[in-house]
Amino acid sequence: MASTATTPPPSLVVKDAREKLSLFERLKKGDEATFLVTFASALSIIVVTCLLVQHLWIDSVLSRHAFGWKFLHTSTWDPVADQYGALPFIYGTVVTSFLALLLAVPVGIGAAIFLAELAPRRLSNVLTFMIELLAAVPSVIYGLLGIFVLLPILRDYVVPPLQKTLGFLPIFKGAFYGVSYFSAACVLAIMIVPFIVSISREVLLAVPQAQREAMMALGATKWDVTWKSVVPYAQRGMIGSVFLALARALGETMAVTMVIGNVPAIHASLLSPGYTIAAVIANEFTEATGDLYISALIELALVLFAVTMIINAIARLLLLGMKSQETTH
Amino acid sequence: MIRRLMLCAALTASAAFPLCAQQVNITGAGSTFAAPLYNAWANEYAKLHPGTQINYQSIGSGGGIRQISSGTVDFGGTDSPMNDKLLAEAKQKLGTDILHFPVALGGVVPIHNIPGVSKDLNFTGAALAGIYLGKITKWNDPEIAKANPGVNLPGNNIVVCHRSDSSGTTFIWADFLSKASADWKNKVGAAPSLNWPVGIGGKGNEGVAGFVRQTPNSIGYVELIYAVQNKMTYGQVQNSAGKFIKADLNSVTAAAAGAVKAMPADFRVSITGAPGATAYPVSSFTWMLVPRDMKDKTKGATLKAFLIWGMTEGQKFAQPLSYAPLPRPVVEKELAAIKTLHY
Amino acid sequence: MSRSYPPTYKKVINISMLTLTGLAALLVVSVLLFILGYLVWNGARSLNLNFFTKLPVPAGQEGGGMANAIVGSGKLLLLASAIGIPIGVLGGIYLAEFGKGPFSFAVRYTTDLLNGVPSIVIGIFVYSLIVLPQHHFSTFAGGVALGIMMIPIALRSTDEFLRAVPNTLREGGLALGASKAQTVLTIIIPAAMQGIVTGIMLNLARVAGETAPLLFTALGNQFWSPGWNGPSASLPVVIFNYAISPYEDWHRQAWAAGFVLLMGIFLTNIVARLLVSGRRSPARS
Repeated sequence: MASTATTPPPSLVVKDAREKLSLFERLKKGDEATFLVTFASALSIIVVTCLLVQHLWIDSVLSRHAFGWKFLHTSTWDPVADQYGALPFIYGTVVTSFLALLLAVPVGIGAAIFLAELAPRRLSNVLTFMIELLAAVPSVIYGLLGIFVLLPILRDYVVPPLQKTLGFLPIFKGAFYGVSYFSAACVLAIMIVPFIVSISREVLLAVPQAQREAMMALGATKWDVTWKSVVPYAQRGMIGSVFLALARALGETMAVTMVIGNVPAIHASLLSPGYTIAAVIANEFTEATGDLYISALIELALVLFAVTMIINAIARLLLLGMKSQETTH
Repeated sequence: MIRRLMLCAALTASAAFPLCAQQVNITGAGSTFAAPLYNAWANEYAKLHPGTQINYQSIGSGGGIRQISSGTVDFGGTDSPMNDKLLAEAKQKLGTDILHFPVALGGVVPIHNIPGVSKDLNFTGAALAGIYLGKITKWNDPEIAKANPGVNLPGNNIVVCHRSDSSGTTFIWADFLSKASADWKNKVGAAPSLNWPVGIGGKGNEGVAGFVRQTPNSIGYVELIYAVQNKMTYGQVQNSAGKFIKADLNSVTAAAAGAVKAMPADFRVSITGAPGATAYPVSSFTWMLVPRDMKDKTKGATLKAFLIWGMTEGQKFAQPLSYAPLPRPVVEKELAAIKTLHY
Repeated sequence: MSRSYPPTYKKVINISMLTLTGLAALLVVSVLLFILGYLVWNGARSLNLNFFTKLPVPAGQEGGGMANAIVGSGKLLLLASAIGIPIGVLGGIYLAEFGKGPFSFAVRYTTDLLNGVPSIVIGIFVYSLIVLPQHHFSTFAGGVALGIMMIPIALRSTDEFLRAVPNTLREGGLALGASKAQTVLTIIIPAAMQGIVTGIMLNLARVAGETAPLLFTALGNQFWSPGWNGPSASLPVVIFNYAISPYEDWHRQAWAAGFVLLMGIFLTNIVARLLVSGRRSPARS
């Protein structure tokens, strides 16, 4: 074997595929670096959330020791006597959020379908732009508009016919003073619709044309193509947008507290006033003096966190179930 | 060589800079009620002493107490004085006492909206307590009717509205109700945030006023300033001398004057239900909370000067903003107490 | 064949459902137009040069403005974006391109949780994390609080839109000899860029209007606040304070400020879209 007179420069030497590259060379290739950086970012989210939960846990220790599990099923909220129970707030939070979803999801998905499938591209872009602007309206303004505009409309034009037709149902009974679970749900629905519309529209636009063409070739109507072919393809993204919207609804403070009536009691009727966890924290935290009081409010935040955990767990399981039926693409 | 000269010049200039522009930034927070007054004072004081920035933010009386106790602000504002427990907690966290200095006076007024009734109603303390306890449920209840002879009160249900957010205004209102009704004192008590027996919660003065304006047969309470600035009609309240007084700057100042004799050394006094024929019973001081010791001596000196200025020159800003100015004897007492600050 | 295809009932459903979706879109847009109109109607009188250049004046005096709040909001959002967007987007890239298994599940789940935390709780968290140890309120703390709020949506939308890009693109890139990193950075991300920018803009919009977290972190300031270490004014907090005050002039300024905030987001949105325009997802071309 003849030996080479000069060795070629290292960069031109093709390493044997079985030889391991050194760490530095791996970093230069870029894959490892990208992996590490993105991994660190993903990890930081878990770190931040754990830190948050830790702070909440530590700061609520007084209240947890004072009340234990009773906190979750008693209804008294008395800062003067230092007695605290979270049940009315949990009820209010769950009711308003789900009602808001009920109102927002059909409208949001409907609008998204229109904007993605039917509207001419220019119009669709302009309209979407404007709808996304709704997300920027400060919560306080939604609250004020709720008081000045929405409540009178509900009181004068929406609730009377509602009570005339469906008033026998327990959820629509009782005197209506404007502030109520229902009003809060309406305001929340308006606030979360932009998220559903915007993200659903983008996901629908990302569906490959082949999906549509396949069904159109079979002679389906436009609606059938959309509903049976495009939407199922995009459904995971759309459900994701719904959960994003739900998350915002659960945590919304200012607008809700201005239209819900702020009464810590449980009523079956949607037309009666109520309270949510986020609203009571917003109302009372800045002024709460006394360590047990503050601790109780922080425990409420912890409870909301737990509620969010449960709802998200259910959502995840649902999605996993759907995934198994989905064909890989 | 040139570069070195320029560096020296720059260093000297930067060293001299603090000497020529003495910038002092002071942060305060607390009572929403007193915010317009503190802001007016800060603005005026900055004009008189350029370089002094006094930044006051309204986060509520409780917020003011919390932040001054944690040392995150230099002074606090509150409409409800700190009780002994809170003072002790603060001393433990901060390492020094917190002193109360009254800076102005205000009142809380009842507002109502009864279809067919255009007159401002008279309310006794018992009537208000009964309404807010849920014991008095109709407008034509004898307790209300006997104070308003000649007014045709309907038999409608009273819709009660109170503050949902913690507030000094609620404290003043509840303090008055506690003095007017032993039942209220036992069942509910007085604090910025309460376990209300009945009623809808409105957020802020705006929330309560908006609700009452739009809801027939409703009653609520708001700060006097708020009612005056928004040109709202409000009712009269019976004072300890038995007279029905309409809240205004004079009647509120009269309430303070009546309380001067019994004023404790630390100025923590409630003047609801104060004696005096013309005194408005639902009145209160608003206090500035100041620590006795301050690490930053320059800040401390500026704060002290600001406080003294507020007691004296600053009082003339009170009336245009619908605050009642402090009675002279109270100011005298405060100026003496300010000398006990350790800066 | 005497019967037409599709059958009549399908045609009816087609028309009615499509009309309904159109109505839904119309409903949403008209709400926005109403809000914008209301803000302008009520705040227009206060939208003068003073508004943009002067500091606030005490109640009862004329001529004040919100210059410090506008600048303050700008600084806070800048810091929030600098924290929230990189972490969110990079995390989303990890989930979509590298992630499998329980760790990814944990990250997605945690992101949804973080998204659901009320903004005031995040404010309380940052208060005890930064403000208390430092013994003063600061723009920095406000930016951190808003940044934490930005992470979840940035991450979720990056994740979703990257995953929506068909695998054929990835395979194509790898087949050409590009490394995974190169494929992701130069092919996949541009393909999903429209969606990612949507997510970020929505995010920015929401965070721009948040009041509660700032109450405990940046507090507020009637004066200018140079640097990052002092309390700072911001549009949402000023709107909140002015709107619940007793003064008519302040109410009008609050509406005007709401309008200015919306317009600010609008312009930022336009600029961002222009920067990434033309990069439509190849699946649709």
